[in-house]
Amino acid sequence: MSSASLGRIAALVLGLAALHWLAPLVLNPYYVTILARIGIAIIAAVSLQLVNGFTGQFSIGHAGFMAVGAYSSAAFSVYLGASVLDSLGGGGLARLAYFPFPLVCGGIAAAVAGLVVAVPALRLRGDYLAIATLGAGEIIRIAILNIDAVGGARGFSLASAAHPSVDLRFESLAGVYGVAVLTIAAIARLVYSGGGLAFRAVREDEIAAESLGVPTTRVKVEAFLVSSFFAGVAGALFAHTEGYIHTNSFSFVRSFELVAFVVLGGLGSLSGAVLAAAVLTALPEGLRGLGEWRMILYSLLLILTMILRPQGLLGQRELLPLGAVRRARSRKGEPWRCLK
Amino acid sequence: MRGAARAAVCVVSWALGALACGGGQGGDTIVVGHVASMTGDTATFGRSADQGIRMAVEEANAAGGVLGKKLSVVTEDDRSVTEEARSAAQKLIQRDQIIALLGEVASSRSLAAAPEAQRAKVPMISPGSTNPKVTEVGDYIFRACFIDPFQGAVMARFAADELHAKRFAILFDFKQDYSVGLAEFFRDTVKKNGGEIVADERYTSGDIEFRAQLTTIRAANPDVIFVPGYYTELGLIAKQARELGITVPLLGGDGWDSEKTLEIGGDAVEGYFFSTHYAADSDNPRVQEFVKRFTAKYGATPDAMAALGYDSAGILVDALKRAGATDGAKLRDAIAATSGFDGVTGKISIDPQRNARKDAVVLKIEGGKFRYYRTVSAE
Amino acid sequence: MENLLQQLLNGVTWGSIYALIALGYTMVYGVLRLINFAHGEVYMMGAMSGYYTAHWLGLAGAPSVTGLVVVLVASMLVCGLLGALIERVAYRPLRGAGRLAPLITAIGVSLLLQNAGQLVFGADPKFFPPLLRSEEVFRAGEVAISNIQLTVLVTALLLMGALEYIVQRTRFGRAMRAVSYDAPAAALMGVPVDRVIAGTFVLGSMLAAAAGILVGLSNPKIDPLMGLMPGLKAFVAAVLGGIGSVPGAMVGGLLLGVIETLVTGYLSSTYRDAIAFVILVVILLYRPTGLFGASTTEKV
Repeated sequence: MSSASLGRIAALVLGLAALHWLAPLVLNPYYVTILARIGIAIIAAVSLQLVNGFTGQFSIGHAGFMAVGAYSSAAFSVYLGASVLDSLGGGGLARLAYFPFPLVCGGIAAAVAGLVVAVPALRLRGDYLAIATLGAGEIIRIAILNIDAVGGARGFSLASAAHPSVDLRFESLAGVYGVAVLTIAAIARLVYSGGGLAFRAVREDEIAAESLGVPTTRVKVEAFLVSSFFAGVAGALFAHTEGYIHTNSFSFVRSFELVAFVVLGGLGSLSGAVLAAAVLTALPEGLRGLGEWRMILYSLLLILTMILRPQGLLGQRELLPLGAVRRARSRKGEPWRCLK
Repeated sequence: MRGAARAAVCVVSWALGALACGGGQGGDTIVVGHVASMTGDTATFGRSADQGIRMAVEEANAAGGVLGKKLSVVTEDDRSVTEEARSAAQKLIQRDQIIALLGEVASSRSLAAAPEAQRAKVPMISPGSTNPKVTEVGDYIFRACFIDPFQGAVMARFAADELHAKRFAILFDFKQDYSVGLAEFFRDTVKKNGGEIVADERYTSGDIEFRAQLTTIRAANPDVIFVPGYYTELGLIAKQARELGITVPLLGGDGWDSEKTLEIGGDAVEGYFFSTHYAADSDNPRVQEFVKRFTAKYGATPDAMAALGYDSAGILVDALKRAGATDGAKLRDAIAATSGFDGVTGKISIDPQRNARKDAVVLKIEGGKFRYYRTVSAE
Repeated sequence: MENLLQQLLNGVTWGSIYALIALGYTMVYGVLRLINFAHGEVYMMGAMSGYYTAHWLGLAGAPSVTGLVVVLVASMLVCGLLGALIERVAYRPLRGAGRLAPLITAIGVSLLLQNAGQLVFGADPKFFPPLLRSEEVFRAGEVAISNIQLTVLVTALLLMGALEYIVQRTRFGRAMRAVSYDAPAAALMGVPVDRVIAGTFVLGSMLAAAAGILVGLSNPKIDPLMGLMPGLKAFVAAVLGGIGSVPGAMVGGLLLGVIETLVTGYLSSTYRDAIAFVILVVILLYRPTGLFGASTTEKV
């Protein structure tokens, strides 16, 4: 890695560390929650952008994968992690070392769910795929609703009855935004590489790509796998920052919201998804004074944008740093290959 | 890569700016929070409880306030949605800096809100949540009413003794802890007393179509049908039961206690019985006096949730006086020590499990009204 | 056996509601290849407009058949207009903009109507006034049918019959079929495509409104969010029957209603909502064109 990018990474780490120490001192916990939600929305939107924007597969059940990630990581923490943390003493360093585990667990569980959904669903095209993913998202949600071990209709609290003094919550804004940065980096690297051109080839013309030798089904499944992994991580972060989850947070309304982020930001733009997710998550909170009008304004915005500017905010362009990544990598011209 | 971090910084600084309009509380008021379902499927619960609470607080303020200060109530609506109860509690605790939390009526919502109160060490008194799990959340959680092991037994024994029932059917709401728990305790009592559960069906809150379950129940030929759910679904269930030709009585718990039961059910609920916390037509002078004052203030007869709201606020005020401070731990201890508090819903003493030992009343729906039928005392 | 018959009766009555809503989805998909997510909200508006009409005309305390008919016709007119308005304002500007933009817009319209409904009507559930006094009409042993269930069934069948007549025997119906088969060719043959599409929306919305009134009659609880789940399920019914096929939507709706009722009655109501989605996924995997749909080949 060049010294320039090492320098950038160092600056980023320092920035996050500063955020970690300063945030609890300066900000009211209510605002910390809002900022955390923005970070999580960014991760979820970016993960969906991979499938919807870059691979052109219209998936509208994404909240289902977030749910799988949230619930599996919560179950991991409550039934496994609590005793581990308890024996480690629960100090700051122990917690820092522990928390990547439930996140990864959530991601992997969601990726498995993604695989289970993708393999049959990807035989379908266009509208039918959209409907199938919607159905899958709902089935996942209703299935979780019926599992009593994770709270069922009551919701699931991140508190272990066996180890009541252990705080399983993960309220570090630095952690959330650190993961967000990692997610964006990973997906940018995946998509803006020679091999990543395969995703966009599938989006542009699947039949042409297939006849040129691009293994389209494998590309689509990979897109689904990676995308649901990060959706699961987003869900896991949600569970650990909120400390309480309920399937109602992962309904198709949530899936629609994510689709809105991706479409309004521009299908095919990572920076667009980030911007749209940040603004559209912050907006209802900022407009809270408007009460019921905020959702009306929100849906009007959606409709007007689609009519007046259907390519969304950024279309397929990227903002400065990601744009540079995109241009740099597309100059390399590597042969077609997928993620190894 | 840096773009994302930069965007984050922008958002943070914007948020810091918005912080400038933070809330605060006056030095001469004591702020109490109320989390309630003011809108949504079980809106009458929240509204009634709120009216009861506010009336009690007004009376306390008129009598000179507490600890030299006036009380004020901040109500946060959870729209009858379980997870909203939790964020409502959070908002009250963090944004409004309440010293105590009153609410919720529905057990599921109390279970969602209670961990927040326990974590923040803010004493919480639920006016009407009857599921035993609520107070098990922690030592800062109390309730002003009886619990379902008692209530389930009340109706099971009533059906067997008074209605001579031997074959029992149950139709419960499996999405609500209250209903699941109450059905369970009813079932246990029936079995212990040698009765037979001939049908055990379920529905979800929000459902509007129950004919499938009712048909199955009808085929099992029960003597009574126990419907321990909330009033909205109950109204529809009663109508559809009649349409299917079901003539045996339906029985219920305090979830039925709302004027909407009569409004939605109409003729269909005539002749049914349910257990609850108090009867507005009781000849107890304390009750009569309360009903008169409430009706004068709000123009409607108080239901059980209004009376319980009134009593829970009363217990809080009484505890504040005994504690002599608004400090969480001291207030908590004072509430726990409540003994023989003279409430509208009976003499209230908080037991070591932080529940109240109280009598239940059985009401009958007759002539389109709730009528007192019988008292069942807690052993 | 009698139990089964009663359950089938319950299922068919409930399913006829799904059928009426599904018809709207299928007709719009036929002419526009668009999944009109806002259709569930038109159903909700039908119930709401019926509620307000009934109260405004003072019919709340006086059940009567004429009252019911008046309310039905009034709400069908209101929703027909609403459907035409939605098409004109939200979908027509996006004609030719691909499949994605109209889909997102449909979702936006759906959210808008739900939230506007909550604002205007209030979020609390309302109780539809009894427009017919409920009584048992017929009893054969243990199988009972009330006059309300009978009304729902008969009205739904009449409306479906009327629609079938319009689609098969009128000029407009022929134009509709032409546009769904090949829109550019139809336009070249002089069919006023815009008007046909608008008419399709009007017809579908009128049926959804009728469904709303019938539900108000038999399951009187209505609220601004009542269209979400039934909308999705009716959509599943349309896919089950073959999206784009009118008899398919009817059969799909009835079938879904029966399956849902039988599962709830004999297994558990836990799966009531899930059943529709499981059917959806199974159908899409094994027979994506549905029971009555025709497979299309994709030309490259």
